[in-house]
Amino acid sequence: MISPDVPPPLTVEPSRRIFGLETEFGLHLDTTTTRPITPEEVAGHLFHSVVQWGRSSNVFLTNGSRLYIDVGAHPEYATAEADSLTDLIALDKAGERIVQNLVAGGEERLRATGVEGTIHLYKNNTDSAGNSYGSHENYLVRRRADFKAFASDLLPFLVTRQIVAGAGCITRTPQGAHFSFSPRADHMWEGMSSATTRSRPMINTRDEPHANAELYRRMHVIVGDSTMAEPTTLLKMGSTDLILRLMEARVAMPGLALAREMQAIRDVAHDLGGTATVELADGRALTAVQVQQVYLDLVREHLGGLIEPTAEVGQILDLWQRGIDAVRTQDFTGIDTELDWAIKLKILTRYRERLQCALDDPRLARLELAFHDVSAEHGLLYRLQAQGLVRRIIDDARIEEAITTAPTTTRAHLRGAFVRAASAAGRDYTVDWVHLKVTGEESRTVLLKDPFRATDARVDELIDSLAST
Amino acid sequence: MPQQNVNQDSYDDDLPDDAPPPAAPAASTDALDALLDEIDGNLQVNAEQFVRSFVQKGGQ
Repeated sequence: MISPDVPPPLTVEPSRRIFGLETEFGLHLDTTTTRPITPEEVAGHLFHSVVQWGRSSNVFLTNGSRLYIDVGAHPEYATAEADSLTDLIALDKAGERIVQNLVAGGEERLRATGVEGTIHLYKNNTDSAGNSYGSHENYLVRRRADFKAFASDLLPFLVTRQIVAGAGCITRTPQGAHFSFSPRADHMWEGMSSATTRSRPMINTRDEPHANAELYRRMHVIVGDSTMAEPTTLLKMGSTDLILRLMEARVAMPGLALAREMQAIRDVAHDLGGTATVELADGRALTAVQVQQVYLDLVREHLGGLIEPTAEVGQILDLWQRGIDAVRTQDFTGIDTELDWAIKLKILTRYRERLQCALDDPRLARLELAFHDVSAEHGLLYRLQAQGLVRRIIDDARIEEAITTAPTTTRAHLRGAFVRAASAAGRDYTVDWVHLKVTGEESRTVLLKDPFRATDARVDELIDSLAST
Repeated sequence: MPQQNVNQDSYDDDLPDDAPPPAAPAASTDALDALLDEIDGNLQVNAEQFVRSFVQKGGQ
């Protein structure tokens, strides 16, 4: 039964936002074994300890986050609800360590079946055959009747955001190879014109707020790249949040509707020089640099008014401007320790100089994979961080804490506490984003519709009941 | 539902790159070079086979 003691009416808190990030990891078994081994088989071995713990390959963890195997045998990690960007980054980075912590057990189980090999997990968006998988950003927004018009206002920003928040990649074409801003831009949207492939919009408008649906909707942005460097994630999520804040305050957005979004996102991705223009619906043609500058200037206009000028906002605006300037001036040295594409380009360029090779050389592709590898040993990003070549936003202690502990200021805190208690008590339970349920003889369910609420007497009772039985 | 991308670039095409390889670098060794020194051996071992063997179905 659903507990009748529903808390007082919910209030929408205008100054807070719930953030979430979902990451599909690339799964790669490097082996000399000749027997064909499917990704599904590798994923099964990788998740053995998860299934042992949670009796399922789809679990919620004590940090409030969800871990599961998604379509295509991709390990997927969806962060718990965060109400600050630093909490979000900590949870996101914790996810890299959580999946990597499964690797040793997976390799051991493979070895028991006679397969010697190394499992690599990549936080990237494409495999070597050009298959793509996603990074999904979630921003809880206040419900409004005109959601689709509201969401479409965000598209010119999202199409051009890749010049600062893209992961960067070597793109190989029959005409040769070049460096692009975003791996996701291409691989995702070419399928849009094909009748046989599923349509993938930049914003998924599926109405699934995981919260009180009378008050909230979820802005589900699926056009972005998975990002490795902490400042890149801060800018990706932070700039989008700032624009959403203005949109939610009914600030008129600049009339930059694009004539052809799919064409524009590809044109921008492949133009590292920053001079390609995108065609607007009103016939004008602007560069991505110009479009991003319009949005950044709009945010600046409202600094001190609608937007509180916190240190974090200052950090986001500074990095945003330096990112735009780098593309405009083609001097990338101001951002090459902070923004993924520039960090990657710098190290690829240096390695290429050493090898004296073409850009489509497999050794450079190998380096790209290493950049996204979440192994403490093989992961290039972490080694760059350790050498001081990539700037940090949070420290390792905070990431370690986020592996086991949920944010204390959101609903995730309740979920994490429940999972921890039920698991320790050896009780059967089921959990999703809005429900906590003890199963078995005395089944009880608590419905949590407010993601901003971190305390709830019903949950305390539920947890007490676990301990007393 | 897995999505197969129709445009599967292969790594074994030997079409020339547009740009010529850059000039040899200066002899200076900074932190980045030191790091590349460390990982270079690992990256060069069967790089082509390593990269080609990473194939999955598409995700969302």
